[in-house]
Amino acid sequence: MDFQTSVFYFLSAILVFAGLRVITARNPVHAALHLILAFFTCGGIWALLQAEFLAIAIILVYVGAVMVLFLFVVMMLDINIDRIRQGFWNYLPLGALLGLLMALEMSLVLGSKYFQIPAADALVSSGVSNTKSIGALMFTDYVYPFELASLILLVGMIAAIVLTYRGPKKSKYTNPNQQVFIKAKDRVRVLQMPVEKD
Amino acid sequence: MDALMNFGTGIFGGAWPAVWTLIKIVLIVAPMMLGVAYLTYFERKVIGYMQVRIGPNRVGPWGLIQPIADGLKLLLKEIIVPSGSNKGIFLIAPMLAIAPALAAWAVVPFTDSLVLANIDASLLYIMAITSMGVYGIILSGWASNSKYAFLGAMRSAAQMVSYEISMGFSLICVLMVSNSLNLVEIVNVQDHGRFAEWGMSFLSWNWLPLFPMFLVYLISGVAETNRAPFDVAEGESEIVAGFHVEYSGMAFAVFFLAEYANMILVSALTSIMFLGGWLSPVGFLPDGILWLFAKMSAILFLFLWFRATFPRYRYDQLMRLGWKVFVPICLIWLVVVGVWMMSPLNIWK
Repeated sequence: MDFQTSVFYFLSAILVFAGLRVITARNPVHAALHLILAFFTCGGIWALLQAEFLAIAIILVYVGAVMVLFLFVVMMLDINIDRIRQGFWNYLPLGALLGLLMALEMSLVLGSKYFQIPAADALVSSGVSNTKSIGALMFTDYVYPFELASLILLVGMIAAIVLTYRGPKKSKYTNPNQQVFIKAKDRVRVLQMPVEKD
Repeated sequence: MDALMNFGTGIFGGAWPAVWTLIKIVLIVAPMMLGVAYLTYFERKVIGYMQVRIGPNRVGPWGLIQPIADGLKLLLKEIIVPSGSNKGIFLIAPMLAIAPALAAWAVVPFTDSLVLANIDASLLYIMAITSMGVYGIILSGWASNSKYAFLGAMRSAAQMVSYEISMGFSLICVLMVSNSLNLVEIVNVQDHGRFAEWGMSFLSWNWLPLFPMFLVYLISGVAETNRAPFDVAEGESEIVAGFHVEYSGMAFAVFFLAEYANMILVSALTSIMFLGGWLSPVGFLPDGILWLFAKMSAILFLFLWFRATFPRYRYDQLMRLGWKVFVPICLIWLVVVGVWMMSPLNIWK
């Protein structure tokens, strides 16, 4: 077993362990932390495949931003584990069905060689950096799907804002612009008074 | 150098590249830790003089041994783990705070050949690694099981996520004009231009054409390192000491080290990306690592100056500055730079 293969198995073992802990940990914060570990290890495996842009992007986007906000929310939740486990047996058939479907999809992708579906060859061109080739593809061959994805994200963002918007605030507020541009002479009046004598 | 390499291969055999990398890591981290120690001394002295005091002057000549004495004191103190805390995470949080601050140095170039790992995506790597520094703070606040620590952690999470956006946008402008994600390349590009040909290289550095981005990056850097006037995460007059209120001894010292190591990192990155790194400002002087250190010191001095000068931002003002001022400026300047590069006036060919 060469060095690369052993690194791959090492990272995969961590990834599988972290993934299992995400669904088995009783403490939601621990589960979120294991999810972060899973993303990080996933980045490591991608780096092993020489996809350094994707590896760094998953760490930058998921570990650096998404999971911070996720952890932020999870920390403030007051979760009663027993209440969540109540409907376990009722939901099990649906969950099992979805799980089977996902396993089937994965096996189709991974076993494409076996099913004689032509798999796209991974092109590792030397000289051109990963980032550049992804950028070129994104803005030439895949420009419409890419723009569509960004539109879907925009719609999602607006929808989230609309769902949580509770109308204009009725409270009094201060205008920071006016606060910044305030002058001392608007606030303080200096009076000249003659000295009183008795 | 060849003799050293042969000597190393002779002793360690095939493991020599790994050992050599370890030696290089020590050569970067050890001076940086010393730099952190003396940055605290320098900070106390500078703020002291700005407030018409003398600052530390008891331990050693001019108080020069003071940081060593402080470090020893912190090493000898007991680490108290609060009884209601989540022990594992409580102890792991300081390490999570300092690890990204040190790991980012792997790709920081000191001169065009003096760099631990000269990788193509080094700017992306820096952005990814520094974005993880927030976990140490959030987890320490949560694991302490204390109201003040939790408040500090929440504040810092919101603050770091919002300022990371403007930081990222200003770096996007830099990578647009340099046409590269490699930090060495980014510095080398700044050596070209009309002013550089006239021997005034400091006018062809990125700070001039990207001036708004330079300011945004510098201010976001101060916010990102939780330094005054953006130190709401600590806010000692509001929430005691914020996220590290329950920490003592060396565990506290590690947070302290992480904060100062991040300051040095941000100053190094600002120098490399906007102030020409190791390039000499004028044509008749040679380039060299000393220029980088001079630029870093100047920016570090700015950090200390800010702390002595500005009152702390209120939380809502902080959010307003990040989202309503910096993000629009960045978006506008991104378009300006794009149009500029496509127009005949392009200066970055």
